[in-house]
Amino acid sequence: MTSEILGFWVAAVVLVAASLAVVLTPNLFHAVLWLAAALVATGGVFLLLDSPFLFAVQLLLYAGGVVTIVVFAIMLTERLVGESIRQTSRFVFNGAVLAVAVFVGIASFLLQAPAVARPLTTGDQLRDLGRALVGAFAAPLQLLGVLLVIALLGALYFARAED
Amino acid sequence: MPLSAYLTLAALVFAIGLFGVLTRRNAVGILLGIELMLNAVNINLVAFARFRPDLGGLIFTLFTIAITVAEVAVGLAIVIVIFRVRRTIEADHLDLLRG
Repeated sequence: MTSEILGFWVAAVVLVAASLAVVLTPNLFHAVLWLAAALVATGGVFLLLDSPFLFAVQLLLYAGGVVTIVVFAIMLTERLVGESIRQTSRFVFNGAVLAVAVFVGIASFLLQAPAVARPLTTGDQLRDLGRALVGAFAAPLQLLGVLLVIALLGALYFARAED
Repeated sequence: MPLSAYLTLAALVFAIGLFGVLTRRNAVGILLGIELMLNAVNINLVAFARFRPDLGGLIFTLFTIAITVAEVAVGLAIVIVIFRVRRTIEADHLDLLRG
């Protein structure tokens, strides 16, 4: 139990610090690297919630795939302009007020929620997940495949060379 | 840790992502903020799936992760095209559609 509490706090501190760095650092390339750290910390939270499969998916797709794509895009756009992209922020005060208001609103709602006991893990989660994906959720899974093909074709169409 | 601890952490990350979306001028920076917000939603889904034994939350998380990857691919392709045409990805300069 104590190891879970310790793990939670470590993951929470890393996640919040990396998230703040993503939105505050002026260098866009560093922001992407901080995003990778935040995504890995999120995977750690998944591990604490007894979902090792989602941890693997998070590392492969998010921390591996998304970060790679964003780094490629930044390098391409930097090459097009020939100067490193610095990014500045605007409306910092208004944005902070709105973000804090949203957080306080959600947190005050959470404080009223009744405490839920954490049930014990039962059975093989991965097997149930696989069964559900080809059983009750088979049609959404196929639609997801179609969506991915369409999205990748669309991205190729947008980014193709002009000729 | 109780369920509310995970939900509070997710709310915090969501608020930080919202701050990034609101304050970043750069289109890629705005996309990074959206990533953080979607990530917070995933934490919520997994936490609910764990505390209320239900596989639906995990399936939803898988689907949101896959859809986010597609969204990032299309979004960055659009950013690259905008860059080719306008030579900028500052969101404030992209006002062609303003009436």
